[in-house]
Amino acid sequence: MSINLALLLVMGALYACGIYLILERSLTRVLLGLMLLANATNLLILATGGYAGLAPLFSKDTAAGDYNDPLPQALILTSIVISFAVTAFMLGIIYRTWVLARQDEIQDDVEDLRVAETPSFDAEDDAEIPAETSEFPLTMLGSDGQDISDQGPDTGARPTDGPEAARTRGGTATVVAGDRELPAEHAAQEEKPGSRTINPGPEGGGQ
Amino acid sequence: MNIASLAPLAVVLPILGAALTFMLIRHSRAQRAVSIGLLSLTLLLECFLLAAVWDGGTVAVSIGGWIPPWGIVMVVDQFSSLMLVVSSAVSLAVLVYATGQGMADGDKDAPVSIFHPTYLILVAGVSNAFLSGDLFNLYVGFEILLTASYVLMTLGGTGPRIRAGVTYVVVSVVSSVLFLIAIAMVYGATGTVNMADLAIKLGDLDQGTRTLLHVMLLVAFGIKAAVFPLSFWLPDSYPTAPAPVTAVFAGLLTKVGVYAMVRTETLLFPGDSLNTPLMIAALLTMVVGILGALAQSDIKRLLSFTLVSHIGYMVFGLAMSSVVGLSAAVFYVAHHITIQTSLFLVTGLIERRGGSSSVDRLGGLAKISPLLALLFFIPGMNLAGIPPFSGFLGKVGLLQAGVELGTPLAYALVIGGVVTSLLTLLAVARVWNRAFWRRPTDAEHPDPVLLAAPGQQVEEEALEQEPVAAGSGRPLLPVPELSRAGTGGSSTLVRSTLMPRSMVGSTAGLVVLGMALTVFAGPLFGLSDRAAADMLDRAPYIQAVLGGDTTVPPAAAPAGGGQ
Repeated sequence: MSINLALLLVMGALYACGIYLILERSLTRVLLGLMLLANATNLLILATGGYAGLAPLFSKDTAAGDYNDPLPQALILTSIVISFAVTAFMLGIIYRTWVLARQDEIQDDVEDLRVAETPSFDAEDDAEIPAETSEFPLTMLGSDGQDISDQGPDTGARPTDGPEAARTRGGTATVVAGDRELPAEHAAQEEKPGSRTINPGPEGGGQ
Repeated sequence: MNIASLAPLAVVLPILGAALTFMLIRHSRAQRAVSIGLLSLTLLLECFLLAAVWDGGTVAVSIGGWIPPWGIVMVVDQFSSLMLVVSSAVSLAVLVYATGQGMADGDKDAPVSIFHPTYLILVAGVSNAFLSGDLFNLYVGFEILLTASYVLMTLGGTGPRIRAGVTYVVVSVVSSVLFLIAIAMVYGATGTVNMADLAIKLGDLDQGTRTLLHVMLLVAFGIKAAVFPLSFWLPDSYPTAPAPVTAVFAGLLTKVGVYAMVRTETLLFPGDSLNTPLMIAALLTMVVGILGALAQSDIKRLLSFTLVSHIGYMVFGLAMSSVVGLSAAVFYVAHHITIQTSLFLVTGLIERRGGSSSVDRLGGLAKISPLLALLFFIPGMNLAGIPPFSGFLGKVGLLQAGVELGTPLAYALVIGGVVTSLLTLLAVARVWNRAFWRRPTDAEHPDPVLLAAPGQQVEEEALEQEPVAAGSGRPLLPVPELSRAGTGGSSTLVRSTLMPRSMVGSTAGLVVLGMALTVFAGPLFGLSDRAAADMLDRAPYIQAVLGGDTTVPPAAAPAGGGQ
């Protein structure tokens, strides 16, 4: 059994070029690389069929060993059809990329970059909580609306750190929720379960 | 005439459905009826297949009457029929969900109408891969499902989807080329591509060639299954697709890769020659995947990372090549298909109700929609492996098998498995705390849809402000529908558009299926035990394909087989 060296050399060259090309950033080159890889693989399958024999049409006079092996060719036919479909689809994608971005390059994933730039400090998880955010301390208001919890104005870090930080300004306890600041009394009433005294607006907070 | 000889219909029916729905492309109502009807019929047929082989007995069907080593065979055994039933049940639920979404959003758009045929072709490809008893037919099955998945992935052709689609297509094509090269080499070495025949002939090869072929196949399947060093394409490409598409991809496509790995490890290359590298890959898949999940703020990306991470459990069970381990892996695959898909479907609902899938922009959903919270909570806890649920049972099975094996590496994997499980809980709890428990006002830049109280009208101008392209992964076209709902003014209209009954219903159905896996875990474990024993024995499979008098070579020539 002899092996067709030329076919194998061509196959090797196709693989080398194909692998080089799919490492490029330009989509057209990637597509060319994939096509070369698919064709190199077809040659490989052809090579596994052994030496070239007679056409596999049954005839009583031909010895069984003289026929060509037809199976690899059937496999190649299937894989050609598949790579044809994939090539057509890739061309469509490349055209669409060009229409959308006016460039034939693989785009960066924006969300990936955003996650990579996210600091390891997460305000919601890691911030030192300057105020007790549970519902109970906020209800500990004196009858005059003064904050009687142990929340001094000098405790804690910068109060705007957390999403919900309490502080005392001008004698009245206030609570920062999001970017708004509202009197702690309102917030407390709002926090009470089943409270009907406050009609929360669409963005929370009492009117 | 056995019922199992109807197995090819599991492939033919969806393809027929695809042809019919393609012809009905202008009649969306008929299209929906045909696709759902045919998929239900397929599911029913596959339930019969599973019942036929439930107690054992592998059935091979020769296509066109060609005798096995030459013709193509389809093999129905417990593992493949279980996979068929679970995958078709999941695809049916996703199809109903997608149909509900299409009806709610108005599917007048051209790309949407090709959804049904493409989806059915995907199902046909998955079924073909599960049933195939022939290496090249397995490749064809992969290509059918991949080509359909390329189309579904880039549905609508928006910028982010095209970008993700490029990565996905290139990686998939490269893995397919690797698989094809492996097939060519296998054929060159043995002269056959029939898997039962290969199981006998591969044993005669010398060790070096065997290992080369083994590694080639494992790498090709490892890319598809997203095993650690080959998994980076997955979280990059899945999250941008439409919600139902991501759900079905997450559930099925990687599991097809796992299925192929199981067949490679048990049928083609039995023994433990590559078990150590597989175990290391499993450990790294679990740990690296879940660490990636912790860094994400987008729920879809987070779930994609947990998907990668939990593939590690299946590879772990597979790599032990013991009946206990393999049986737990089989159970875990069935569990994970259901749970991961339902989580992605719930995320689609969250995205509709909350306007975003980023946990930073969500809040208060537990109060806004307690049903949604329940639907997220159950599969979330199930994924993390909290005791009563099936995730816990599968993990316990794996850990038990690991301890039974008792090597240092197995213990490392047991510890890694527990840590991964806890970190999964952490990841799920972070989503829960932010999206469901905190108040909507605490969210950063919350979507107007989120802030609108249930009984309140969605203000039109608020909706107009919302950039249409904001939700890159946003389902097909909700925005115009929403503003119409706003002008309509009735809150019930808003609610029915935001959470259509069929979408919620199909998600709930999947969640219930996940819980049914817990309730019926006993019989299922019995089934997976028998499946694992049969697969490790190899004789039932080989004799079913090649005839009862075939002598089956002993499992492992060099090293003393599975311990």
